[in-house]
Amino acid sequence: MKSRYPFYTAIALLIFAGLGLSMLRHFELGIPWLSGEERPVWLVEARVDFQAQGEPVLASLNLPDDPPGFHVLSEQAASPGYGFSIVDDNGDRRGEWSIREANGPQTLYFKAQFVPDTNARAQSPDTPPVPESVFWEEPQATAANEVLDLAAAKSSTPESMTREVIKLVRSSDPNQNTALLLAGNNDVEVVSKLLNYADIPARISEGIKLEDARRRQPLRPFLEIYDGENWLTFDPQTGEQGLPDNVLMWSRNTDSLLDVMGGNQSVVSFAMLRQTVPALQLARAESMQNGLGFLSLYQLPIEEQSMFRMLLLLPLGAMVVAFMRVIVGIRTSGTFMPVLIAVAFLQTSLGPGLVTFVSVVAMGLLLRGYLSNLNLLLVSRIATLIILVIFMSTAISIVGYQMGFNTGMTVTFFPMVILAWTIERMSILWEEEGPHEVFVQGGGSLLVAILAYLVMSLPLAGHLTFNFPELHLVVLAVILLMGQYTGYKLSELRRFHPMKEYD
Amino acid sequence: MRWISPGALARRGMLNMNRRNVDYIARYNDRSAYPLVDNKLKTKLIAAEYDVATPELRQVVSQQHEISHFREMIPNLDGFAIKPAKGSGGKGILVITGREDDQFVKASGAKVSLPHLERHLSNVLAGLYSLGGSPDVAIVEDLIQCRTSLTDFSFQGVPDIRIIVFRGYPVMAMLRLATKASDGKANLHQGAIGVGIDIATGQSLNAVQFNRPVKTHPDTGHALDKIHIEEWHTMLVMASRCYEATGLGYMGADLVLDQKTGPTLLELNARPGLAIQMANGKGLLPRLHYIEGLKRTHLTPEARVEYAMSVFSHAGNLSTPAKRDVRPGAYASA
Repeated sequence: MKSRYPFYTAIALLIFAGLGLSMLRHFELGIPWLSGEERPVWLVEARVDFQAQGEPVLASLNLPDDPPGFHVLSEQAASPGYGFSIVDDNGDRRGEWSIREANGPQTLYFKAQFVPDTNARAQSPDTPPVPESVFWEEPQATAANEVLDLAAAKSSTPESMTREVIKLVRSSDPNQNTALLLAGNNDVEVVSKLLNYADIPARISEGIKLEDARRRQPLRPFLEIYDGENWLTFDPQTGEQGLPDNVLMWSRNTDSLLDVMGGNQSVVSFAMLRQTVPALQLARAESMQNGLGFLSLYQLPIEEQSMFRMLLLLPLGAMVVAFMRVIVGIRTSGTFMPVLIAVAFLQTSLGPGLVTFVSVVAMGLLLRGYLSNLNLLLVSRIATLIILVIFMSTAISIVGYQMGFNTGMTVTFFPMVILAWTIERMSILWEEEGPHEVFVQGGGSLLVAILAYLVMSLPLAGHLTFNFPELHLVVLAVILLMGQYTGYKLSELRRFHPMKEYD
Repeated sequence: MRWISPGALARRGMLNMNRRNVDYIARYNDRSAYPLVDNKLKTKLIAAEYDVATPELRQVVSQQHEISHFREMIPNLDGFAIKPAKGSGGKGILVITGREDDQFVKASGAKVSLPHLERHLSNVLAGLYSLGGSPDVAIVEDLIQCRTSLTDFSFQGVPDIRIIVFRGYPVMAMLRLATKASDGKANLHQGAIGVGIDIATGQSLNAVQFNRPVKTHPDTGHALDKIHIEEWHTMLVMASRCYEATGLGYMGADLVLDQKTGPTLLELNARPGLAIQMANGKGLLPRLHYIEGLKRTHLTPEARVEYAMSVFSHAGNLSTPAKRDVRPGAYASA
């Protein structure tokens, strides 16, 4: 007896590959298992207002570039009459609006969608930044030295140094030195200056606190220091290290947030909205950039996508047919005709499809009874039947339309040749084996077709087969396994029950 | 609804459809041998080479225009059967037992006209009854004159004997009797009666109709438990020879007992049905396993038949099959 091990190994491999690939794609691409799943997305809108002075205008806004904790899903600018482009200015991404002439108050918008992504990290800079050179005049230099000495005494690393400096500067009871440094100066800038003075590269970045449906939000300054590998973020108010989850870093590593040439009184403000986007749409939009994206069908033209959506359901139908025939033992006319009927049901929906199918076949059987008196050759008889079936479909459509049912369209989805062949097969079956066999086989076909339809019309089935085509390997494995089933069919348990009497 | 548990079926050694297809037909029947049995014309020719008698062939109609020759030949014939060469399950077989004026009398007693026969021939040629609808040829054969000892038991149609031959050994047999319900045809699922036949003696065992046990023929009223098949040994040898002729390891041979020529082969079947087990009241599996367990098979049909008659007696108990661990390869030569 041939060893079955290679076969079962292959089955296991198929199942493993199918499930493994789909898991990988689920985690890599974020394709959801369920169709209804949704993900939050932040829509942030920057609004630039300024007064134009009748001259050529060039407005340049710093744009977020790899904000830590988020990735950018889409970007767009809205500003009537202005030319817009995104330029890269020495690693500093900026959006530039330009117009030949503008006068009066102007408003420019920039919108971007951000997806929270815990894996997104800012890249560490290629060349380590150097501390800016700071020049203090006396007596500030002495005061700065004093403050730094005080902080250095209580710290050991750049991080702890930073915390101590912030504490000293933010102290509710500032000593003479800090008071001198702060006089007339912004305290965040003072901290940054002090750190640079102490040979720790530091800079001020600006971020927005994300809160749903907030308008006119300003940017908040954050202090960043370089620890030799990465930029670390500190809250300049509290000295707390790390970036809060709900803060989106808008501008880092830039000289200015907004430059406007040809205008004045420029203001940037931000509005934001928390949206939920179907996770699937998100995955689709991102699939282009990802390594496993090539496995998905999203790149195909929409027309072909919808074709595959249908095509990829067929294996499920085939599996149902295999199950019903191999395990349950239901007799159908033609092996896979039930799948074809089920596909037609998918197009027509079950009720109208069932009514149409049964009525066309019933009428066809009547007409076929007449045809058999004509002594036609088989081929021309089938050809005649096809034409008659088309006539009947047309008639049903017209009558249905007049009566206000929109069944007309749906009839055409039935493959006419299949219908004609079914009628021919049924009528021969009727003549040779009697009506009982016609009902057994016809009923079996319809039952299996309905079951296949029910399985194929599950929203989850459609979602999984299209978005995880690799799951078909599992279906294949199940069908192969069923091909190995040598046990009793359910129907045989009934068929053979008289065996009880022999003992 | 009455059911039987899978365990109970397994205990009785019932062969089921899936196992038949996978473990026997697929393993022991070479696909290339199928055309030999799926085409009755080829079966006849190969059977003749192995001294297996078949009904005499009168004519082969293979082209539409040859139907006119059929008309020319008709006056010479009284009873005849038209069969599609590639038909299965008795489909498309038209049996004419006699004629009345212009009309032909079917086995059922119904009368049909010559154009009806010609249309039937035309349908056969178009492949209406053939497997997969491929073009076919019609063969016209002499009618079988059934041995009178059996005619009483059958309503109209000729009773035939189905013998399951596994690797050349006849393992199970049944007599099929036509009834009114089966329209004179010996087709079990149409309502014909299956009578189990003891391989060892040729004596009838149980009888079933529509899978239900019966004691007497519903139309003729004859008791079904005392039938003895004449020339039983010859029949078994003929069935066994078909193994050499076709090379099919698992098949059903359908034979009839002709008044003049004795045992005659009607057709071979590479996918014999499972109802024979119901007629015998026994499962096939123990016997099949027993044959599979043979270390060395017998070389001649006669020797195989002797052996089968000695081990497959109905009274004998084969519930403990021969050891399976030394099962020979699928296509080991006999």
